Amino acid sequence: MAASAETGPARPIHPLFAFLLAADVPLFLGGLLSDLAYGRTAEPQWANFAAWLIAGAMVFTGLALLWAFIALLLARPRWGWVLLCFVLLLATFALGLVDNLHHARDAWAIMPAAPILSGITSLVALLAAAVGLSTIRTGNRT
Amino acid sequence: MKRLLPLVALGALASGCSGGAGSDPMQYGGDPQLPEPHRGLLPTMKIASPAAWGSARPQVPAGYTITAIATGFGICRQTLVLPNGDILVAEGRGGGEPALRPKDIIAGFIKAKGTSPAKSGNRLTLLRDANGDGVYETRIVFADKLNAPYGLALVGSQLYVADQDALLRFAYAPGQTKASAPPVKVTDLPSVINHHWTKSLTASADGRFLFVGIGSNSNITERGIAAEVDRAQIWQVDAATGAHRAFATGTRNPTALAIQPGTGQLWATVQERDEIGPDLVPDYLTSVRDGGFYGWPYSYWGQHVDTRAQPQDPRLVAAAIRPDYGLGSHVAALGLAFSSAAMGDRFADGVFVGEHGSWNRSKPAGYKVVFIPFRNGRPAGPPIDFVTGFQGANGKTFGRPVGVTVDPRGALIVADDLSNTIWRVVPAAKQPVAEAPTRPAQPQGKQKQPGSYTPY
Repeated sequence: MAASAETGPARPIHPLFAFLLAADVPLFLGGLLSDLAYGRTAEPQWANFAAWLIAGAMVFTGLALLWAFIALLLARPRWGWVLLCFVLLLATFALGLVDNLHHARDAWAIMPAAPILSGITSLVALLAAAVGLSTIRTGNRT
Repeated sequence: MKRLLPLVALGALASGCSGGAGSDPMQYGGDPQLPEPHRGLLPTMKIASPAAWGSARPQVPAGYTITAIATGFGICRQTLVLPNGDILVAEGRGGGEPALRPKDIIAGFIKAKGTSPAKSGNRLTLLRDANGDGVYETRIVFADKLNAPYGLALVGSQLYVADQDALLRFAYAPGQTKASAPPVKVTDLPSVINHHWTKSLTASADGRFLFVGIGSNSNITERGIAAEVDRAQIWQVDAATGAHRAFATGTRNPTALAIQPGTGQLWATVQERDEIGPDLVPDYLTSVRDGGFYGWPYSYWGQHVDTRAQPQDPRLVAAAIRPDYGLGSHVAALGLAFSSAAMGDRFADGVFVGEHGSWNRSKPAGYKVVFIPFRNGRPAGPPIDFVTGFQGANGKTFGRPVGVTVDPRGALIVADDLSNTIWRVVPAAKQPVAEAPTRPAQPQGKQKQPGSYTPY
């Protein structure tokens, strides 16, 4: 959406897209911290927290992915930072889905993979947000 | 979370390919083959697809006939044959635990598709065949306003009913068709959360004690170990005082109890844990030892450790008793009855087991009533199919058997909680004249029960 301008002043990123790009990061991160807490305590409530946090993260990841997809369709040319942002969001969504399904296991069956999956997903989500927020804003078509 | 549903369905197909491949391991008897625990990204599953019986009927062995004696119940699950031949039917569905995780919402939605949408009856219905022609022409509500009644037992003039939250007692006189007074509470039963809500019941041979089967509050402690206080146990309740003690522990979901005629020994069918593979863990039939620990949650089938339960307890694992007889994984044995000579020579010595069938297997297991032959008071030999045909060749499910009760006059009463029908199997010599007309007891509510499902 933002990167379509060929000339003129750079369009700022739409505030809603900025929100969607950033919103999943603290949720995935919260999932990771809850997983670590579960690993230390074996208290299942931490695993429940993790499951809800990463499920919430998927809502925002999904919406951001949809937004980026539309932005990609409108972008001229179609490669560059918009594509990179889309690919990173797609990766976040795929990893998040696996993480969510993994958290549907009962009790200690989620260990030790749960914090590893949540950690990788958090990292990719952070990258997607960083790329999206730092580049689309300027309409940079490098 | 809705976006996950199609993927869940897709994944179910994918995992079904790996889970159902190859031949099934032999899991009957005292030494079942136990593969290594396994779980993919999604558990293997197959939800029953309900359909009306139409002209289809359950199949029984040659020389036996089966008829529907009544239908239209509000989830009929257990029955009791009274001394005069009347049949009491416990109707109800309990549970209703809150969802803890996104998984619980999705799983509840999926599993509810395989069960009856009928409203919980919360009552006991009495069926009477006055002239012994096999047609149960009288149908009366014996008691209502109960709370998901399940286990039933008659001791002399006292009728005991296990609601999902309390053990109740009615005065009963022979020939009575309606309770003369509201029930007296014998004791409260554990009912917080009530994941496995059914309270199975039987009375000791001398009638002094009642045994109550109480299921666990989770599959494998995912609600925390604190939620499992007084759960996964068989209680022995003093009929006179209501005082109880844990008779046996570690029995994940003891869904049916029976006293062996002659010996007075308590037997139970127990439903084992899910989500470690289509061939784990076999549900079992066992004689129950006083003070025995049967493994849940720390181990299964003796000393096979389940690492999902943390922190682990090696001392209890070492003490865990191996059950007597494996029935197969995920068959969901919900009914148990000792047979008698009146059932015919071939089925005289042994037990009937009602297998409801479960979700956690791509190739369905259970969905039938089997007979386990006994010799010298112990199981001897593989199960024999007694009532089958609850699932059609088209993949549709017509019924799901739950409680089984032997009528000493020579009949097996089978409660089916999907089509809400009471079936009666008799040796051919006792063949009834015609199938009883089916009458609903009361108008049934149309709405479904959201969030309520049978955790099997």
